[in-house]
Amino acid sequence: MKLRDLSDLAFRNLREAVLRNSLTTLGVAVGVASLVAMLSLGVGLQQLATSRLAKSGLFDSIFVTPKTNLRGPGSGPPATRAPDAKARLLDADARAEISRMPNVVEVYPQIRFFTEVRYDGKPYATMVAGMPESSKASGAFDGMQGSFFSSTNADEAILQVEFAKELNTQTSSLIGKDLVLRYAERQSLTTQTGDVVANPGGFSVVPKEKRFRIIGVVETEPASGFGGFGSGRLLIPLPIAETLRAAQVNDLRDILRDSSSDKATYSSLTVRVKSPSLVEATEKKLKDLGFSAFSLLDASKSLRIFFSVFDLLLGIFGSLALAVATLGIINTLVMAILERRREIGVLKALGAADRDVKQLFFVEAGVMGLFGGIFGTLLGWLIGRSLTLGTNIYLHRQNLPGVDISSVPWWLIAGGIGFAVLVSLVAGLYPASRAARLDPVQALRYE
Amino acid sequence: MTELPPAIRLESVSRQYTMGESVIRAVNDVSLTVPSGEFLALLGSSGSGKSTLLNLIAGLDRPSSGAVVANGQDLSKMSSLELARYRRQTVGMVFQSFNLLPRMTLEENVELPLRLAEVDRSERAARVREALQRVGLEKRIGHRPSELSGGEQQRTAIARALVNRPKILLADEPTGNLDSATGEAILTLLREIQKTGMTIVMVTHERTLAERFADRLAVMGDGKLLSNGAAR
Repeated sequence: MKLRDLSDLAFRNLREAVLRNSLTTLGVAVGVASLVAMLSLGVGLQQLATSRLAKSGLFDSIFVTPKTNLRGPGSGPPATRAPDAKARLLDADARAEISRMPNVVEVYPQIRFFTEVRYDGKPYATMVAGMPESSKASGAFDGMQGSFFSSTNADEAILQVEFAKELNTQTSSLIGKDLVLRYAERQSLTTQTGDVVANPGGFSVVPKEKRFRIIGVVETEPASGFGGFGSGRLLIPLPIAETLRAAQVNDLRDILRDSSSDKATYSSLTVRVKSPSLVEATEKKLKDLGFSAFSLLDASKSLRIFFSVFDLLLGIFGSLALAVATLGIINTLVMAILERRREIGVLKALGAADRDVKQLFFVEAGVMGLFGGIFGTLLGWLIGRSLTLGTNIYLHRQNLPGVDISSVPWWLIAGGIGFAVLVSLVAGLYPASRAARLDPVQALRYE
Repeated sequence: MTELPPAIRLESVSRQYTMGESVIRAVNDVSLTVPSGEFLALLGSSGSGKSTLLNLIAGLDRPSSGAVVANGQDLSKMSSLELARYRRQTVGMVFQSFNLLPRMTLEENVELPLRLAEVDRSERAARVREALQRVGLEKRIGHRPSELSGGEQQRTAIARALVNRPKILLADEPTGNLDSATGEAILTLLREIQKTGMTIVMVTHERTLAERFADRLAVMGDGKLLSNGAAR
């Protein structure tokens, strides 16, 4: 029989016992809904966790330090180390070279320095941090007061809320006001004739001032990798921070290491790559270039493993209801064989092959699975949304920002419906082959 | 009249069942030939094996031994798929209890064999109408079986049996559920169909009707063929 005729007959048969078949289909729908809801929760939580971590920049970043750096991981005290021929200085040339490497999105130094801020005629001591443009996407600036830097070289500042409260308890009134940054500029030592000293082994520090406009107040500084000296409480665009050439704590070590030339050198650089999967290869290349490099990739790997196991367990629990629904399909179809015994006999007498009868029952099972799958996926999505809504109401009451804990990606929709059809077809195997094997002579005698 | 090859040839056909330890010989060594275009009535009391023999000719059952040759094909050598095709294309069946599907209209009931034979959809409506016209029910095309009399239902069943243009029409007690006048009308219809060249084998226990309408009577008893001769 052609598929169109088969489905025609199948739909007719399903309509005949509409209540029973609807209940069976509903059973499949509930099974699929529980599976989809569980998995959407798993996927949602995973996305929530990984997106937060990905936004933080921890998993697509590599932290590069010079090989001789005292803070290089696991390399023992400097006295025990043999000089490394390949070791290179982490200077502007190195930064440019790293920027040109494939898959590298961004290379930036960590700039943090102590400063005195003058606001409304009063001095405040605080820590300034340079923010790369990419930190805007880190999520830390979501829901901030005011706005992010208008451009990478704007003389604008964002204040951390605790610091802002020191300036004015009404933090929103600070936005649009100006403050003055007083900082120590690092300058190369010069001879009396004005020439730059060839190998100075030191530098001078000159007090400077710069005016900034407050454009925002933020809860916390975004996590910006390792090597920070506590949180920055006054955030300015990184390119601006670099032009200030403010003396940093690390600079003192430069004198000891005798590496303080007039060229800008960095104690560390943060290298961001396109995706976490590229971290490992890029990290190796950086090491080959003669730098120390490390990343938090392993932590991200174990997170992925955790969520795979988590999804598997949720899937198993979700599938239990579907397994029960499978029994419902088998029961319904076996009942249908008993009821339609005579009809099967007539079909065979009129020339239906065993295969035709088998296919008819298969299509009926498949149709119940398809409708159950579609309805169940919708129901599962609704359950997920309700859970998110409930969670957000709870979080809102706790004064916490809302999160999306469930997610139904397209593969879950397709998978939910496909799995329902597959399971229904498997459930239809036994009834279909039993119907196909029915002896027409016996079936026609049956009253 | 030119001699046509026989439509049906039974060669020492036996069909036996085992029930527990006893063996029941429903059909026991029956040999019979039905020429093309003949109307044969299979007579016998209940349990004589006449319906079993009809099922063997219909390809619904297989003989335990012997050969059933219909339209030149040996049914005992056919696969189940080939037998299904034989039932679709070579034979049409009519039953005592009509066996129409109650939730389908006459049109849909008659269309069913066309669906099974995968006849093109565009061709089906005309074929159904033609078959229903032949039994005089074209005006009831949209009715359901429950809205028809017994005679009309049996005529619908005949239309369904004819729609695939078979060579052989097999009828199992076609008048068994009908009053005598309606029964006669059905047999008159079968006789008219026979005139178009159809071979008809009818199982019945009504000897008088069989003698009036059939060309030949074959009488069975205890699974054996007791007599085989011209009806009139």
